[in-house]
Amino acid sequence: MRRRVTLSINGDAVTREVEPRLLLSDFIRHEAGLTGTHVGCEHGVCGACTIRLDGAPVRSCLIFAVQAEGHEVRTVESLGTPDALSVLQQAFRDAHGLQCGYCTPGILMTMTAFLEENPDPGEEAVRHALSGNLCRCTGYQHIVDAVLLAAKRLRETA
Amino acid sequence: METRQIGRPLTRNEDPRLLTGRALFVDDVELPGMLHAAFLRSPHARAAIRSIDTDAAKARAGVVAVITAEDLGEYWQPGPLLVPPPPIKGMVFRQRCQVPLAKGEVRHVGEPVVMVVAESRYVAEDAVGDIVVEYEPLPPVIGLEAALSSDSPRVHADLPDNIAADVHQAKGDYAAARAKAAHLIRRRFTYDRGASNPMETRGIVAQWDHKAEKLTVWDTTQAPVFIRNGLAAMLGLSERQVRVVAPFIGGGFGPKMMMFYPEEVLVPWMALRLDRPVKWIEDRLEHFTATTQERSQVHDCELALDARGKILGVRDDFLMDTGAYNPYGLTVPLNSQCTLLNCYDVPAYDSRFRAIYTNRTLVTPYRGAGRQHGIFVMERMLDAAARELGLDRAEIRRRNLIPADAFPYHNELIYQDFAPLTYDSGNYAPILDKALHAIGYAEFAAEKAKARAEGRHLGLGVVCYVEGTGIGPYEGAKVRVQASGKVTLATGVGTQGQGHFTSFAQVVAEQLGVDVRDVEVTTGDTDVFDWGAGTFASRGAVVTGSAAHGAAVEVRTKILKTAAEHFECAEADLVLADGAVSIAGVPENRITLGELARLANPMRGAVKPGTVPGLEATSYFGPQMGATAAGAHAMVIEIDAQTMRPTILRYVVVHDCGTVLNPLILSGQIQGGVAQGIGNAFFEELVWTDDGQLLNASLADYLLPTALDVPRMDVLHTETPSPLNPLGTKGAGEGGAIPVGALFAQAIEDALDLPARGIEVSEIPLSPSRLWEICNPSG
Repeated sequence: MRRRVTLSINGDAVTREVEPRLLLSDFIRHEAGLTGTHVGCEHGVCGACTIRLDGAPVRSCLIFAVQAEGHEVRTVESLGTPDALSVLQQAFRDAHGLQCGYCTPGILMTMTAFLEENPDPGEEAVRHALSGNLCRCTGYQHIVDAVLLAAKRLRETA
Repeated sequence: METRQIGRPLTRNEDPRLLTGRALFVDDVELPGMLHAAFLRSPHARAAIRSIDTDAAKARAGVVAVITAEDLGEYWQPGPLLVPPPPIKGMVFRQRCQVPLAKGEVRHVGEPVVMVVAESRYVAEDAVGDIVVEYEPLPPVIGLEAALSSDSPRVHADLPDNIAADVHQAKGDYAAARAKAAHLIRRRFTYDRGASNPMETRGIVAQWDHKAEKLTVWDTTQAPVFIRNGLAAMLGLSERQVRVVAPFIGGGFGPKMMMFYPEEVLVPWMALRLDRPVKWIEDRLEHFTATTQERSQVHDCELALDARGKILGVRDDFLMDTGAYNPYGLTVPLNSQCTLLNCYDVPAYDSRFRAIYTNRTLVTPYRGAGRQHGIFVMERMLDAAARELGLDRAEIRRRNLIPADAFPYHNELIYQDFAPLTYDSGNYAPILDKALHAIGYAEFAAEKAKARAEGRHLGLGVVCYVEGTGIGPYEGAKVRVQASGKVTLATGVGTQGQGHFTSFAQVVAEQLGVDVRDVEVTTGDTDVFDWGAGTFASRGAVVTGSAAHGAAVEVRTKILKTAAEHFECAEADLVLADGAVSIAGVPENRITLGELARLANPMRGAVKPGTVPGLEATSYFGPQMGATAAGAHAMVIEIDAQTMRPTILRYVVVHDCGTVLNPLILSGQIQGGVAQGIGNAFFEELVWTDDGQLLNASLADYLLPTALDVPRMDVLHTETPSPLNPLGTKGAGEGGAIPVGALFAQAIEDALDLPARGIEVSEIPLSPSRLWEICNPSG
């Protein structure tokens, strides 16, 4: 049993015939070919697969692609490019906020949304917002530094 | 432009790709016609397989193959012994390696029994559910001491008992030391299992190109060269016919160094047989029982001291759970045995360990690789000794540190690299002093008393550690100047987030006078470079870094020789900088590296006899032994005496890994190591039942530390260069994780004044509930 589903991903309409049980994370990665979204646990804990669904950060392993029908999905590929990183991406590079980089796309999507709502966060607020994303490499300190640095730069250019 | 590149806190060359989702990870490999594998795994710790019915699975639409051990024929072989034991006199070692698919008996939960290949992973997993296996459950071997009893069931029926290894090593005369001791301290310690849980699980994709007769394998391995060589041998192919790529890897931490995992044997075989690409990506549930783990040891230790608290000798006897198979030989227990001596001058040591087969997941090195256990034992013993002697805990450590003029310091044991355990260099007292100063040791008693008056429980911990790093056998690197003037560096090691694309580039740029951004590094692709051992034992910076240095020095020589011929001048008159060579004092007389590369590879004309084309060199580096890094951690912790919840108020790391290549990357390595140490000490516990079931095989139940659990930390350095390599560097990958268990135990005892109540913390991992039990022994 397959269903035709159309999602908007990073502004492009993507239409595929899929099984209703297909996870949104698998749709994004293997149907739309956007492999920047990573899968870490497939039970909604690690946050690596976080995307934005109509602007809200959402774990794409916890919903089916058919549930996202007609909704607006944004992935890490919608941020900057290697030659023109977003402010947050650049801050991650400057503050060494990533090591293996596997959890990074999910963290970028979570924190991009966070900074839109919290332009001047303190460290505690950043740590709370970050606590739903697991990173096994960095010990988080440089990620926190990166988010605070990005917030500062965004405020300065606002 | 800066001429020095080594030591600069440069941001990383690899980051733009990783930050934009463009870096290739194994699961990103998509190939036309690709099939997907799933595995039926044992639900029992130990059981006999009576029958396997795969008919329904084979009949399911979309299923291409269903394979049992019987179907593998002669391809079914136990895996290779990855690390043979070093020659230690009198030792017992009984090798039993993992098998591709269980035959006749399953030996741990998660062991693969049947492989299914289908058009999609969803269908493959459906088909796994169609398979009916009739098991006869057998009593499993779980507890370490029970495993030794004469009536215990045996993990391997063909062995006389469950002993995988029995090793005794000694230094000096412990009996004599004991006889003259003023104090003898005896304790028992347990240090239980943890799982590395990289955010990327394991995965493998294999593609057979029958026209080119070439197998390409993308693998989350830390050792692509050995996977290539092993696969070629197993599959009857030439090494040139197999390309193994370890692309970007989402964290390794040791278990991805294990080989061969059953899936690594089966997926390439299946791709060849079916002539279609096959992918298998481990899910998190599989990861918890099918990827190797570490850490189950029970130590009985005795410390002999003189009246002043100087160590006269140590005797230690420990058991280690090696799991159902032991392909990694003795690496973990030897690390524990050797690292127990820590940074102290111990004249006499008598140590025995027995590695025990159990019906649990295999044990292979995970960040720290057994060193934690040794450090935990020694540091806990010194804490107990300090109390017995009425000495300050920092003072008893200071009195026993190996003095700075005693290096190289010989410990007379055989280490995991088969070399005698010798500390090449070190200066330990300044490390301890710096940590004590930074944490506010002298003022802490007042701080603690003030907090206690407010009803708060503050405790301080300070512990020392060493880390054996940078071991052999060797690594290699090839450096080439391209016609564009940019430089390539290729090496055989894989990369899992350590910043190799940047730190190795710095080493090369330093010699060649180019921008670090213009050095393009390739790691982990056997078609580009296929000599080397892999990324483990904190050896990348030391061994590969030194090989890259050697190759870059040779290329520099070639550049200057070619330029001297071009300018018809002496090499001594030339300046190599900013991607070009110029004549000193005549900067307009300048030739770029790209032009020199073209001169070194002429299209026409004659060259001199013996000319080797190109500005290229390959160099290998093999250290005679490992370089020993050292450090001290200190923290102030607050414990809620009702809930036992810990809050780390301050955390200080003082680390000495010799010459620092990139302080930004180094601080990341250390902070990440500490975070894993914190998880291991207080959050992460694999909970096994007596019948060998893992109860918490999900990230919702096995608690990795979050941003709320890992504190901001001060990372400080001292630099004692190693004489063993041209860079003077020592490894830093594991040091952060090693002393944290000992640190927690000491700080918690201090916060809750446990010793005054006759209670000591003698185990890791802890948790609020376990700590409550320890503090309330009568319930």
